[in-house]
Amino acid sequence: MRAPLTSMTLRASEDGELNPLVPHPIEIVLSLVVFAILFYLARKFVIPAFEAAYTERTRTIRGGLEAAETRQAAADAKLADLDRQLDEASYETARIREEAREQSAAIVAEMREQAAAESVRIVEHGRAQVEAERQQAVTSLRAEVGTLATSLAGRIVVESLENDDLQRRVVDRFLADLEGGPAGQN
Amino acid sequence: MNVAAVVRSADGFTPPGPADFDLPAIGGGSTMDFLGQEAVLGVTKPMLQIVLAAILVFAFFKVASAKRAMVPGKLQFVGEEAYGFVRNSLGREIIGSHDFQKYTPYLFALFFFILLNNLFASIPLLQFPTFSRSGMVYSLALLSWVVYNVAGIRKHGFVGYFKLQSVPAGIGGPMLILLVPLEFMSNILVRPVTLALRLFANMFAGHLLLILFALGGEYLVTEMAIQYAPVGVIAWLLFIAVAFLEILIQFLQAYVFVLLNAMYISGAIADEH
Repeated sequence: MRAPLTSMTLRASEDGELNPLVPHPIEIVLSLVVFAILFYLARKFVIPAFEAAYTERTRTIRGGLEAAETRQAAADAKLADLDRQLDEASYETARIREEAREQSAAIVAEMREQAAAESVRIVEHGRAQVEAERQQAVTSLRAEVGTLATSLAGRIVVESLENDDLQRRVVDRFLADLEGGPAGQN
Repeated sequence: MNVAAVVRSADGFTPPGPADFDLPAIGGGSTMDFLGQEAVLGVTKPMLQIVLAAILVFAFFKVASAKRAMVPGKLQFVGEEAYGFVRNSLGREIIGSHDFQKYTPYLFALFFFILLNNLFASIPLLQFPTFSRSGMVYSLALLSWVVYNVAGIRKHGFVGYFKLQSVPAGIGGPMLILLVPLEFMSNILVRPVTLALRLFANMFAGHLLLILFALGGEYLVTEMAIQYAPVGVIAWLLFIAVAFLEILIQFLQAYVFVLLNAMYISGAIADEH
């Protein structure tokens, strides 16, 4: 490389012009030294700082993602659990409602039966009472009717019939007729 | 071509040339002879710039990386994005996730060092591309050559590495006589030269173009007849357009330089075919 450069340089010198390809020796060294220093400083201070920041950020983000995933899984499990509980609860309510409906139907039927029995009993009771009262009325009426009839008949036949014997016979016959009539009708 | 003819006929305009890149030492200094050419002995502007670039790159990333907050602020975010760009798209994507960590500091420092030095060409008051000085580039190209060759030799051994770089896979017989020298040339000898020339020539030519548009426009407007003034204004408008194009090229050249570094390293430490 040196040979063509030198010849070019010579030609350039003859023209009295500078050849820009011919380097300045100080500049070669300077550029190398300055770059070497920059490289050293960058490697020592800049690169580790950036890499550390990268690594730390990656770790933080990865940690955050993992934590979020764990939390998400826990939340999913919880949600499934709650869903299951809700299903159970709704099944339970349906069952209870069904049971209540059956129970109420049973209660209604039972009450209806009781009411019917009670009404029959009341009717029976009423009928017996009526019969007893009727019997009592018949008995008292029989006594009253005898007395009334006797006094009435006495007043009618007081003059003609003084005899107690006759009087008693007439009464007994009347009573026998009275008793026989309604007894025959019954 | 017409512009050039007009310029020459005016006979007062000196077009910009390599001399515009040979800045004098600040505060004066002597010269020495190097390879038949005078070299300034003293501190020049590009020398200050290259130191300034290193300081700025380190200071910015030191401050940006100092906080290490979980949720980055603006500065930390920009720093991390910039670092991540080199680390991931140049390092991990090309060298591979297994080995790239070892080369990340080198690629990172190289990219931002070159990028800032290139951008100096478009930063007001500085406005000089450090890497239009060929010497500045040669050392970086030489360093790249050493880095990828050393990486390969460490991985495969001396013989294994040169076999990997010079003997193409799946080819045998007399073709090898032709291909081995070619492969050796292109993989070992030519790479540092192309690396250096690509960066240097782009920076040199871009800056030269800007000087030409600026000075040419100025000359057309101020020194020549009034009818040439509009052409000078057009030259200035073009100057602005080219200046933006230059910013793109400055970024691209830094990117390409580091991309090729990563690819060379990746090729050197690749498993044998």
